[in-house]
Amino acid sequence: MSSEFISRWLPDLIRASYLLAAFLFILGLKRMSSPRTARGGVVWAGVGMVIAVVATGLLPGMHHLGLMVLAIAIAGGLAWWSGRRVAMTAMPQMVALYNGMGGGAAAAIGVIELLAAARMAMHGGDGLSPDAQTLAVLGVLIGAVSFSGSLIAFAKLQGWMDRRFVFPGQKVFNLLVLLAGLVLGGMLVLGAPSLPVLATFVAATLLFGLFMTLPIGGADMPVVISLYNALTGLAVAFEGFVLQNEAMIIAGTVVGAAGTLLTQLMARAMNRSLANVLFGSFGASGGQAQEIEGAQKEIEASDAAVMMAYAERVVIVPGYGLAVAQAQHKVWELARLLGERGVKVRFAIHPVAGRMPGHMNVLLAEAGVPYDLIADMEDINPEFPGTDVALVIGANDVVNPVAKTDPASPIYGMPVLDVASARQAIVIKRGRGKGFAGIENALFYADNTRMLFGDGQSMAAQLVSELKALDT
Amino acid sequence: MIDGFLALYIFMLAAFTGYEIIARVPVILHTPLMSGSNFVHGIVLVGAMVALGHADGTLDVAIGFIAVMLAAGNAVGGYVVTERMLEMFKTSKPAANRGEQGE
Repeated sequence: MSSEFISRWLPDLIRASYLLAAFLFILGLKRMSSPRTARGGVVWAGVGMVIAVVATGLLPGMHHLGLMVLAIAIAGGLAWWSGRRVAMTAMPQMVALYNGMGGGAAAAIGVIELLAAARMAMHGGDGLSPDAQTLAVLGVLIGAVSFSGSLIAFAKLQGWMDRRFVFPGQKVFNLLVLLAGLVLGGMLVLGAPSLPVLATFVAATLLFGLFMTLPIGGADMPVVISLYNALTGLAVAFEGFVLQNEAMIIAGTVVGAAGTLLTQLMARAMNRSLANVLFGSFGASGGQAQEIEGAQKEIEASDAAVMMAYAERVVIVPGYGLAVAQAQHKVWELARLLGERGVKVRFAIHPVAGRMPGHMNVLLAEAGVPYDLIADMEDINPEFPGTDVALVIGANDVVNPVAKTDPASPIYGMPVLDVASARQAIVIKRGRGKGFAGIENALFYADNTRMLFGDGQSMAAQLVSELKALDT
Repeated sequence: MIDGFLALYIFMLAAFTGYEIIARVPVILHTPLMSGSNFVHGIVLVGAMVALGHADGTLDVAIGFIAVMLAAGNAVGGYVVTERMLEMFKTSKPAANRGEQGE
């Protein structure tokens, strides 16, 4: 290759690679939206990523290539290692962590560009154009909020920080931090950028992400993570404009839009508005909840096994408790044993079962449950009246009929699985305590409900051995 | 070069594309898809490489180095996690009607 060839064709070749990468990202995301093609989808997107990264390495006039490779090797290696060994139940916080890193990277790019622009301006040259400068500042703001916010979300879901952090005047304080960030950002856009202003700006935006996320409870974290995911996409798109990089603009915007919609879908599934998640405090409002009458009635594992063995239709409702107890494999064994006896078994999944929408499907898939046995709430709810036994394992709020009957309840209006209308409900539960939201569950006191107290894993194992004993 | 209006067009079309892709997704794929889109914005790695490649002075190089590390973590971690989740989706029907990815 002659140097003339390189200088003439290489820039176009690199831009063509970005075009191809953008195409592969969109194609990959499209394929990821159907279970049959999803696996291939991520591979297509991965190929796009490799093409874009290699093309960027060939850009003319790049320095510090050694440092670049070193950074990619260290961080990429660590991410590969951590992503490989993390348990499926911990997936949501890993997504939060990786997402935060992306936001931080976008913010760092903006900082470098603003620093360079400031130096150019000082030596009398042209800095960034006004719109590029504005987008660079906005990208830093959004990226930094996503960075610190995602790290807090990670720490909370990881269990390092299980209390909500609330103090009086918090909303006013958060607003002031945000205002300070916006004023400093405005100074960076309008005035001559200076290092102290830039540093304070970054500090203020990082603090805002931190304080904004601290008061949000664990149950709402998935919505928040999804929101930060969309924000990182947006920050990437903005910095892409600053760098005149088409692949970043397109990929960032697609993720920003897709992530915003996904956030809304999640919030709707929990019957909460996004504003309520971000600024409301859960369970603090509403009047006195209705008293629940009756008592919880216990059942032995052997009786429960017989009940299911001679049923025609059984619906299993798994909740996060099942995942925590690592009971999904035992439960699938139970479902197979029932299937061999001619019982029609299906799994019913609430949209927010687990820690994120779809999280429970992933956990069941890990145990080998075929996805066509898994039913969404809309499909399964009309079938509960014709169901002989509904087995609830480690789910609480998502099967609480109070959401339909008691307007004073904090979960009133949330769509729930209609387990209460099955002929018989069996609830496996560790103890008599309340759910994640701290609300009494009327299902546990219903006449046709029996409680099987114990750890999900050992109870599922007992049911399996009782079923096997029936045939001998 | 991409001027302001051209960028706005790209922005608008890409936003609709993202919206349309998600609009028809079954709930069971929400988590993998969120993870997948998390991987896709790992493209920030490309920007981080450019920023480090043109960095000037110790402070810029240091920030650029951190940017590349963070971005690489986003891209690689996002891919591994998404791939692991999607790996597990299979059906109870025989492999005959599984399409081209028979595994």
